[in-house]
Amino acid sequence: MGLQRGHRARPLEWLVERGIFLVSLSAILMIFLIFLFVGREALPIFFGRTNSSLVQETIPVDKLDSIPKPKLKEYLGLTDSELAGLDRETLQELMALKIEGAQQAPKDKDADVNTTAWRYLLKPHQWTGYDRAEFIWQPVSQIHKYNIIPLVIGSLKATLVALMFAVPLALGAAIYVSQLAGPRTKEWLKPTIELLAGIPSVVLGFFSLIVLATVMQNLFGYQSRLNAFVAGIALGLAIIPVVFSIAEDALSSVPRSYTQAALALGSSRWQAAWKIVLPAAIPGVFAAVALGFGRGIGETMVVLMASGNASIVSWSVFDSTRTMTATIAAELAETVFGGHHYRMLFMIGTLLFVVTFLSNLAGDLIIHRLKGRLEGKR
Amino acid sequence: MPTASSSVPSQGSDRKDLSRPFRKSSLDVASFVFGGLTGLATLLILAILAIILGNIIWHGWAGFSWRFVTSGTSQGMFDVDQAGVLPMILGTTARVMLMTLFVLPIGVITAVYLTEYASSTSLFTRIIRGAVNNLAGVPSIVFGLFGLGFFINFIGGGIDEFLLPNRPEPVWGKPAIFWASLTLAVMTLPVVIVATEESLKAILPGLREASLALGATKLETIVMIVIPQAMPGILTGGILAVSRAAGEVAPILFTGAAYYMASLPRALTDQFMDLGYHVFILSTQSPDIERTRPILYATVLVLLLLTLALNFVAILIRARMRRKMRVAAH
Amino acid sequence: MTHLRSILILVAASILSSTQAGTITAKGSDTMVILAQKWAEVYMAKNPGTKIQVTGGGSGTGFAALVNQTTDIANASRKIKATEIASCLKAFKKRPTEYKVCLDGLSVYVSSDNPVKELSLPQLEAIFTGKIKNWKDVGGPDAPITVYSRENSSGTYEFFKEHVLQNKDFVASAQTMPGTAAVLQAVAKDKNGIGYGGAAYGAGAKHLAIKKDDGSPAIEPNEESVIKGTYPIWRHLFIYVNPALDKGEMASYLNWIRSEEGQKVVKEVGYYPLPKALRE
Repeated sequence: MGLQRGHRARPLEWLVERGIFLVSLSAILMIFLIFLFVGREALPIFFGRTNSSLVQETIPVDKLDSIPKPKLKEYLGLTDSELAGLDRETLQELMALKIEGAQQAPKDKDADVNTTAWRYLLKPHQWTGYDRAEFIWQPVSQIHKYNIIPLVIGSLKATLVALMFAVPLALGAAIYVSQLAGPRTKEWLKPTIELLAGIPSVVLGFFSLIVLATVMQNLFGYQSRLNAFVAGIALGLAIIPVVFSIAEDALSSVPRSYTQAALALGSSRWQAAWKIVLPAAIPGVFAAVALGFGRGIGETMVVLMASGNASIVSWSVFDSTRTMTATIAAELAETVFGGHHYRMLFMIGTLLFVVTFLSNLAGDLIIHRLKGRLEGKR
Repeated sequence: MPTASSSVPSQGSDRKDLSRPFRKSSLDVASFVFGGLTGLATLLILAILAIILGNIIWHGWAGFSWRFVTSGTSQGMFDVDQAGVLPMILGTTARVMLMTLFVLPIGVITAVYLTEYASSTSLFTRIIRGAVNNLAGVPSIVFGLFGLGFFINFIGGGIDEFLLPNRPEPVWGKPAIFWASLTLAVMTLPVVIVATEESLKAILPGLREASLALGATKLETIVMIVIPQAMPGILTGGILAVSRAAGEVAPILFTGAAYYMASLPRALTDQFMDLGYHVFILSTQSPDIERTRPILYATVLVLLLLTLALNFVAILIRARMRRKMRVAAH
Repeated sequence: MTHLRSILILVAASILSSTQAGTITAKGSDTMVILAQKWAEVYMAKNPGTKIQVTGGGSGTGFAALVNQTTDIANASRKIKATEIASCLKAFKKRPTEYKVCLDGLSVYVSSDNPVKELSLPQLEAIFTGKIKNWKDVGGPDAPITVYSRENSSGTYEFFKEHVLQNKDFVASAQTMPGTAAVLQAVAKDKNGIGYGGAAYGAGAKHLAIKKDDGSPAIEPNEESVIKGTYPIWRHLFIYVNPALDKGEMASYLNWIRSEEGQKVVKEVGYYPLPKALRE
């Protein structure tokens, strides 16, 4: 019946087709919104608008009537409508509370420091009670210390271990499956390896926490049971299917004629694979590593459970480590909404988003070029 | 455990060989080593997979029972003899179903646009594709932050402020199963788009041409010919999205998952208990980890059955589709 | 089809259901969620007319919910902060009423293989801040100390930091565990480990006896020593309520919690009952 409608439905169809076009923009829209709304909560940090300084001037309660309204509003952090709704008694209570708070503030040389300034986020500082200038992430503390360097190092460390473990394995398997395995073997081998991607990351985290950590410690005999190494290996398990799929895809997309030509010239299968196909597909391998990196640095549950979560600056893989993702997952629930700790975690989230965005973009561009080249386009 | 480098064939042999014709003489050993190393890597991955699955199934089976999947946690979630996972199974199922409702239409329509309308070389199409690929790579915890910042604070808070100004407490502006599902829908959008696209491309152009030649418009062709033909692929995409979302914990940490609830969620604005989050809780918060180990393993098994079974089905459908495509191409 | 139907039902339910009248909701500390749930159950069994709903989320989450009035009761494993009181004042013009509802002793765990049996508070402070790094400095074997701590979002973390560390920072190399169980498991498996957590937990590791200072006697954590206050590391667990709502059903529930019956539940769950003087 539909086929007979011919031209009549055109205006409506035109509308529907516009609709299809608009919906197809959703992916772009979402990327944009993610950046916008995660970034929005972090904006005050980026522009240095937050202040975590603990020393604030207080005004005695009995001065309530003598302070002008705007100043009172700012002092107590009230909006207009809130101020209008509060009676005198409550205002006095609030002022008394302000003084109580000030009395509880620590007598510390760093008490008046705004620890959310970039200087304290990136450079070491000698805090009270420390022997030397250090990178410290201690957000729940009398002086909120927000140095993000330990977290960045932690993320990089775990991800690098993961890549060193996962890339050779995944690449080897990709070469084997795409070049050497017979078609029947390939048929079950590929889906089986990809099954690894179907294991939820919380299960990988559970497995590394309960089983892998103990096995590894018995094997290597290091001090901390949960560390960057265990987390890295577990993370590697999450990365393997990513690297494998992309690398296998890249290797398979090298035209058959390349291999056939090499074989015809008398080379063996491995020579064809190693010297002809792999070099042709090498950008794809790089892309696989870039995307694997993105996946690794953004993985949360595995590192939250297996890394030990100590925010130390150390390059030893056998030390416990705290990653950016695990920090967000562990700390956000208890932060004061809109407070500086909350904003700091969103800032880390923005950082993560940008880093993974760039590594994905890189991987994407490389693959696009490679495919273009292999298919004979420019 | 082999070290990381052992599975890559050493590059040392000789690069200059490339210019010369390949010689048969050095073949056997090199061939053997090369095949052996790559084969070993493959085997190792399979072994790891087998160990993980074997360990979970072996230990999980012991704590697994009909009672376990049909009872709740009213006696406390750490009670080995009484605690079950029914509320978590229901919570996880409900959130992925809700998610499917959002993600399938949007994903399929986007894929239709990309394959049927957009020119494959235009810059604009490339930007859409780039965005889709990028969306697939956004860390799951960032989706969680996004869900909190956008859905809960902005949209939910907005609804409360403008539509329900008389309610003193937030109704929509707080973590809820609805927001968790939406967050997951955004996360799994690329999965659906890519799978649908693949199946749309696999349809013989002749079918479209025949339909158009008979006088059908483009849209009619798409709705009546192309989409029905692509159904298995769309289904695969949906299943893959569901299986991916079912196991994700990070995006729902702040958007809806509850540590503990005495009753099932009854409204879209309620929080829910979740299987994956429950695995996290059981493995880190249990008062006596040795004693609660059986229910921990059993919970993991349930989660794994749910996600892997779905995954397996999707992989099977896809494999069949690819074979059909190959046949069609020749 | 069933798929579609269940969703329709969910949608319909969301429109129909709102917060039911006559229900008491309690929200807050994850440490207390099991206890609060147990209280609710026992109380509901006795008073079938009352409905009590319990959720966790953390002490801070509980206070936030108290402020925006999504909960009637905020369970907290720490005292309310000045900023949180200020939010309450802005929201309902009163300071929230604080009830102490039970005691929790915090134990310091070491591995069962560790010969060290007792430590003093100053020694603990030095160990957890990283001043003492080797067991031999506190009478143990010559081995480095591995410190296990909790996530900084936990009330236990804040309490330990305040009362044992005198508000100093934990040593940076302290591994932070997401739960007491994880601390315990780590310490049980690490012969050089030391960690802290609820006294009621504890299979697999040894609970140290604690001295207030170097001169005082070492006290083991148990019900008697915690209730008497001779064991030095203990805390109250709290319930905070909006004073305007503290009447009728709510008031009788809160009274019941602090009665003999309510305190019996406390013991079953693994905390320590309030001393008589505090029950009012």
